[in-house]
Amino acid sequence: MSLELIIFIVFASVAAVSSILMITRSNPVISALFLVLNFAALAGLYLLLNAQFIAVAQVIVYAGAIMVLFLFVIMLLKPEKEKFFSSHPKIKIFAIVITALVFIQLAFMIFISRPTPAANPAVAASVNAGTIEQIGKELYTNYILPFEAAGYLLLAATIGALVLAKKKFE
Amino acid sequence: MTIPIEYYLILSAFMFVVGVTGVLTRRNAIIVFMSVELMLNSANLTLVSFSSYMGNSVGQLFVFFVMTVAAAEAAVGLAIIIALFRNKLTVNIDEINILKW
Repeated sequence: MSLELIIFIVFASVAAVSSILMITRSNPVISALFLVLNFAALAGLYLLLNAQFIAVAQVIVYAGAIMVLFLFVIMLLKPEKEKFFSSHPKIKIFAIVITALVFIQLAFMIFISRPTPAANPAVAASVNAGTIEQIGKELYTNYILPFEAAGYLLLAATIGALVLAKKKFE
Repeated sequence: MTIPIEYYLILSAFMFVVGVTGVLTRRNAIIVFMSVELMLNSANLTLVSFSSYMGNSVGQLFVFFVMTVAAAEAAVGLAIIIALFRNKLTVNIDEINILKW
């Protein structure tokens, strides 16, 4: 068993278990913290995949910015226990059965039909593809228009959030 | 890079399915929202693994844009949840049904 496989198993099991714990905890703060743990494990997996820039962006943007926003909102809206929310157990069973079927389908697609003949890992190429230098070059040459559009999207989202969260609509 | 890409794909599929289960079973709007973030992240994992195994950085650029959209979505969505809470004093999505007929 290689070291890479051991690291993969550790990060993957942390990600899987924390995602399950996230959707089963009744306290929203604990669920948000498990989501942060899941994002951190994903950043480790991105590093294992030689995607350094995305790993750093994952920690800064997701685990840093977005989850702090979530925690702020949870704290603002007093974390009430969800047990008091009425929920039909039938819906739960139905949802779990349906999603288990979808998962089996996806696993069948991935393992049995083997859709990835192109995936022969070229280590040097993949290390090169993940560097911030390569990503920046692509971003500022071929993908400059989507990049600018992303800037406008963030501006629009900022203004929209301000307008929505304002005290009163006049 | 000795791990087969299928392992990453199966982890990603599992996380996506867990996110769908969270959206379908939970009644707290904030947790439903966090499950959507989980699903976005599982799609990101698929994109990064394909990008890395093909030695092409375009998939990672897509992940960058997905992160941008997720940040915008989180800001606007949480503002909507705050506005709803101000009107109805609850985040239970069964009680937020003014659009239902």
